[in-house]
Amino acid sequence: MSEFPAELRYAPSHEWARVEDEGVVAVGISDHAQDALGDVVYVELPEVGQDVEAGEEAAVVESVKAASDIYAPVSGTIVAVNTLLEDAPETVNQDPYGDGWFFRIQSRDDAELDALLDAQTYAEHCESESP
Amino acid sequence: MGNRTPLFDAHRAAGAKIVDFGGWDMPLHYGSQLEEHHAVRRDAGVFDVSHMTVIDVSGPAAVSFLRHCLANDVARLDEMGRALYAVLLNASAGIVDDLIVYRRNGDFRLVVNAGTREAVLANINSHAAAFDVSVVHRGELAMLAVQGPAAVERVVGICGLTGIDALAPFSMLERDDWMIARTGYTGEDGVELILPDDAIAGVWSDLLAAGVVPAGLAARDTLRLEAGLNLYGQDMDAKTHPLEANLGWTIAWRPETRDFVGREALTAIREAGSRWKLTGVVLEGRGIMRHGYRVITEAGEGTVTSGIFSPTLGYSVALARVPRAAAGACEVEIRGKHWSARLVRPPFVRHGVRVHK
Repeated sequence: MSEFPAELRYAPSHEWARVEDEGVVAVGISDHAQDALGDVVYVELPEVGQDVEAGEEAAVVESVKAASDIYAPVSGTIVAVNTLLEDAPETVNQDPYGDGWFFRIQSRDDAELDALLDAQTYAEHCESESP
Repeated sequence: MGNRTPLFDAHRAAGAKIVDFGGWDMPLHYGSQLEEHHAVRRDAGVFDVSHMTVIDVSGPAAVSFLRHCLANDVARLDEMGRALYAVLLNASAGIVDDLIVYRRNGDFRLVVNAGTREAVLANINSHAAAFDVSVVHRGELAMLAVQGPAAVERVVGICGLTGIDALAPFSMLERDDWMIARTGYTGEDGVELILPDDAIAGVWSDLLAAGVVPAGLAARDTLRLEAGLNLYGQDMDAKTHPLEANLGWTIAWRPETRDFVGREALTAIREAGSRWKLTGVVLEGRGIMRHGYRVITEAGEGTVTSGIFSPTLGYSVALARVPRAAAGACEVEIRGKHWSARLVRPPFVRHGVRVHK
């Protein structure tokens, strides 16, 4: 069974967002997503300082099954990337909400967070997507 | 709901992710295909391969029948218990299936793929009409593959048959209703066990209790590709001939008097020279080659037939069908970008170790 931590916000494209201090938002992929992808073998992260727009591709996850684009859930500037994933990509599978984080964005617009789904709605979305 | 082997419930109990495989509900993995792959290279893993097809061929004309049907020559099986790898061709020299044939005490056993069961039985039965033979599909038999450096030791531990240690590769022994063959699809030592389907669940749990790791279809694919072994349906099909599938070595051309099905067509192809060959590709960089990707070589373009991230090597390897003269450096197109790669002769891993520097 997938986990859906209640304190996070989620995009329908299966990224999660955690609001931290001073407008910084941490981003990763959900437990549902890592399970669907299978073993992660490569992660391509954005550059620190890069600007991203909500809904645009910011990273790529390559798993044994397929390559998947990871979309920025909010707009802003990348302030940190998780270099641990370069040597230990399996962290995404093992701890998707903790050590498996992808990048942190200095966000510009609080309203974009409201457009994301809460845990309950996201869980229902996953249910509706499954065959 | 697809076909299920006797171990379906056991797979679910072990945490398997079940997928459809040619109409069968089979375990893709039990949590991590990478861990299962490593377990086979380092220790021992077990695969449920009961979906595969066991066909027994008997009768006074069994030898001449199989020498007619198969492109490899069963007359080479000079002792009971010996086995060989062969392709079954159609009259155009297209591959109907690849299989292993074992010489038993008086008859022969063929182990054939799951997905080609109907095609192979139809093909064999069409030829059998002219020979005094009996062809029986043994649907009540189940099959396990136990593979890895510790596999034989674990199997001996649970069944006590020390004769397994002395089995040469590509030979088998039979005891009561068990057949134990020193064959496999992983490039590691190990055995394949064929036994009655009501015995398989007990053997499975004994193996797991002895520390053998259950391994699914995903690990099976990465292991076989590292070992340079073809997968029917991916690397070859009925429109592919053996010389473009890296299987020329399985054709027993001599004696010239043996007229096997497809010989004439294959001879014409051999004399004209095959346009394509199947070879290995090693990628440089952090990408993964997959089926269907373009391979650009100095001798022309080809296509990836099977591609994976190699767990043992830590980079992507593939089999690809390329122009016969292609060699050395090439490029592979991955999601619109061209990546550097090179063509190499398979296998990529031998005895758990990288082959190509």
